[in-house]
Amino acid sequence: MRHRVTIENCNETYPCSEQQTLLQGMEQLGKRGIPVGCRGGGCGICRVQVTSGSFLKAKMSRSVISEADESKRIVLACRCTPTSDLSISVVGKMEKALRAECQIEPEDEVSVAAVG
Amino acid sequence: MAFKGVLRPGLIQIRVLNMDEAINHYQNILGLNIVSTEADGRVYLKGWDEFDHHSVVLRQAESAGLDYVAFKVDSNDYLREIEPKIVAWGLEVDHVPAGEQPGVGPRIGFTLPTGHRIELYHQIDMADDHPGITNPDIYPRRPEGMGASRFDHLLCYGPNIGKAREFFCEVLDFYQPEKVDLPEGDGSLAIWLTASNKAHDIAFVEHEEPGKLHHVAFLLQDWNEVGAAADIISINDVSLDIGPTRHGITRGQTIYFFDPSGNRNEVYAGGYTAYPDHPVRSWDFDHVGKGIFYYERALNDRFLTVLT
Repeated sequence: MRHRVTIENCNETYPCSEQQTLLQGMEQLGKRGIPVGCRGGGCGICRVQVTSGSFLKAKMSRSVISEADESKRIVLACRCTPTSDLSISVVGKMEKALRAECQIEPEDEVSVAAVG
Repeated sequence: MAFKGVLRPGLIQIRVLNMDEAINHYQNILGLNIVSTEADGRVYLKGWDEFDHHSVVLRQAESAGLDYVAFKVDSNDYLREIEPKIVAWGLEVDHVPAGEQPGVGPRIGFTLPTGHRIELYHQIDMADDHPGITNPDIYPRRPEGMGASRFDHLLCYGPNIGKAREFFCEVLDFYQPEKVDLPEGDGSLAIWLTASNKAHDIAFVEHEEPGKLHHVAFLLQDWNEVGAAADIISINDVSLDIGPTRHGITRGQTIYFFDPSGNRNEVYAGGYTAYPDHPVRSWDFDHVGKGIFYYERALNDRFLTVLT
């Protein structure tokens, strides 16, 4: 089953199946700014905060996602699969790169303005 | 014997998040052979061209990364004599009893100023499934997966790499075939160190956070095998980092990818033959892109930021 995942930082929405990780779906957006790391829950590059919706998560390296992070639904996009439509906020290293990506693409100007 | 003291990086213990996924990767993708699984859950593997009992140890843990790398030395005498020299240089040495790993004798261990644990050992049993010795065939049977022949080297990220160079070169008689200079001052951004004829046995990149692993490398025979490894990576949807490409530094032919816990692996072929009397090859900071990725001539972000 496919769900809609909204990246709040730039108001982009992408489809993501229950067999795909949030990162795999995001990679298919083709945004150059998405810094894909190890894709295995080890490096911590793809930190996101899930602000609404349900998902399943696989084991993530404790050195990059603390228990406190998990209680705030901060997870690694490469280790989570959606079970409903989701809203996520990109945090950490990805956030800066995504914003830069939004700014260099003219069609995203409105969403950049919305983010402020 | 002209080749004395430290022989090679012989053992590496890697932390993985899920052992079943890790076994599939290191056995079926890389082509290492499982030697044993012990009661504490650790799994021991080796490449087809290694005589020693094992070279890779997988340990399931809450965080991915490197537990330690252990260098094999040529004698028990060396192991005994090197310990006070390590202490005199300023590192605290601890002892790991024989049998802590199956088939391995006593080891000594210490932590570098970069935050990495290094061990030294001499005794290790010969593997049952070792390369031929008498009228040896080129290999005992066709290797699985990429057919990685041995654990070759590793790249560590951490602070104080200049101190690590001093330690390896002054205490353990390594030498430095190659380095990348920092843009300002006399320091190095990256150093390649060897105890042997290989262009590197261990390398370091200067980095704020101590004890980080950049990659563990395994040896392939040639460029064709690197290409076949790339095929296997795509067929099995293994997380690719970069390559196939070539390093300007060491001249190695390479592909980088990740194990299922995010530890970076490299399979590597070629590279020049190093000698301790050769000049140190140096790269300006402005040319580091070509040094690391010779064909792309630019570093990708992942090379400097994605670590376990």
